[in-house]
Amino acid sequence: MAFDIGLALLVLGVAAWTIAARDTFAAVVGFVAYGLLLALVWVRLQAPDIALTEAALGSGLTGGLLVGASARLRHAEMPAPGETPGAVLKLASTVLCTLLSAGLAAIVFLLPEPAPTLAPQAAANIAATGLGNPVTAVLMAYRAIDTLLETVVLLLALVGIWSLAPNRVWGGFPGPRHQADPDSALTFVAQLLVPIGILVGIHIFWVGSVAPGGEFQGATILATMWILAMIAGLVSAPPVSRRWLRLLLVAGPAMFFGIGFAGFLAADAFLAYPETHAKLVILMIEIPVTLSIAATLGLLVAGPPERITQQ
Amino acid sequence: MSDAMLYGLCGAVLVGLGLFGLIVHPQPLRKILAFNLIGGGVFLLFGVVARRGAAAGLAGDPVPQALVITGLVVAFAATALAVALQVRLFQETGGRPDGQMDSRP
Repeated sequence: MAFDIGLALLVLGVAAWTIAARDTFAAVVGFVAYGLLLALVWVRLQAPDIALTEAALGSGLTGGLLVGASARLRHAEMPAPGETPGAVLKLASTVLCTLLSAGLAAIVFLLPEPAPTLAPQAAANIAATGLGNPVTAVLMAYRAIDTLLETVVLLLALVGIWSLAPNRVWGGFPGPRHQADPDSALTFVAQLLVPIGILVGIHIFWVGSVAPGGEFQGATILATMWILAMIAGLVSAPPVSRRWLRLLLVAGPAMFFGIGFAGFLAADAFLAYPETHAKLVILMIEIPVTLSIAATLGLLVAGPPERITQQ
Repeated sequence: MSDAMLYGLCGAVLVGLGLFGLIVHPQPLRKILAFNLIGGGVFLLFGVVARRGAAAGLAGDPVPQALVITGLVVAFAATALAVALQVRLFQETGGRPDGQMDSRP
């Protein structure tokens, strides 16, 4: 209990510092620490699958994205004198936010007892899915339609980002060019870490059927390795007009939809899996979905096309 | 008070802190950061609901846990889109006249 109180106070302290810090870059660093501490909180709440996602995606990938953006937006992040809020607005927002927190805290204490839960149903039907991890079973079987729509949301976000490209560079290379420096520590780290990271990513994806992990966590690690290699200048993101790239991006959702419609023939409902081969069908979805999500996450961080040539 | 309740209170305060940052910070990136703080608090509240639903040998209700994972991925996609919009806006209005800007940190 003492550990939990300390951890909760630390999370709140880092969060408050993220809000209070004067410099945006410092606030971003605070946010990365906040994400890692939240991952610890998820472990304490017995949710290791979420802890992995929070550490890799909420802290790592989001942090990387924001660090890059804070460097590019340095001038826009200087507060203009006329823009800083006055004392009245600050006081009013303090009151409003305290009331909101107090209301939410009251709701936490007024939650129904005994707590409503779907855990017994999830545990009772898990044998039919052939999976051992109940969270993966929810993502891939019971609520597969949520996961299907989520892969589509990721693609839509990428379409939105690509649409921000100026006309003259449409179809070009995303993001700024990173020059490789063979003697730098970054190149060394990228060469050393990327092969290991790819193996870790594949492992996390594969064990997701029986242990904490799964396609999102694995895909995030794969995407992070791709981004690391891109930042070190070892590889360049392909031009967004490449046909193979577009096929890779839609392969996962397309396979998901295909198997979803095949469910009408095999088991009489959208996204229903034949009971004898449920695990095989889930794997057939998961492998292309993992590759598509990894590519989409990497390109979401890389940003809109900015160059028509490699340089 | 159980651990779950403690983290529930933590999530409630995080939502308030994030909303405060969202209101008082004029800078665009700070608003995105504050919004992600709110997201962390909301997910934590949801995680407390999952933890309280522990039953049938599972340490938590897997349905809200899976929804939080989905939520984290969607929150990342939304953050990436918001950041891209900010960078593009800055290029249009605050960058060099040719629309390009120095991207090295």
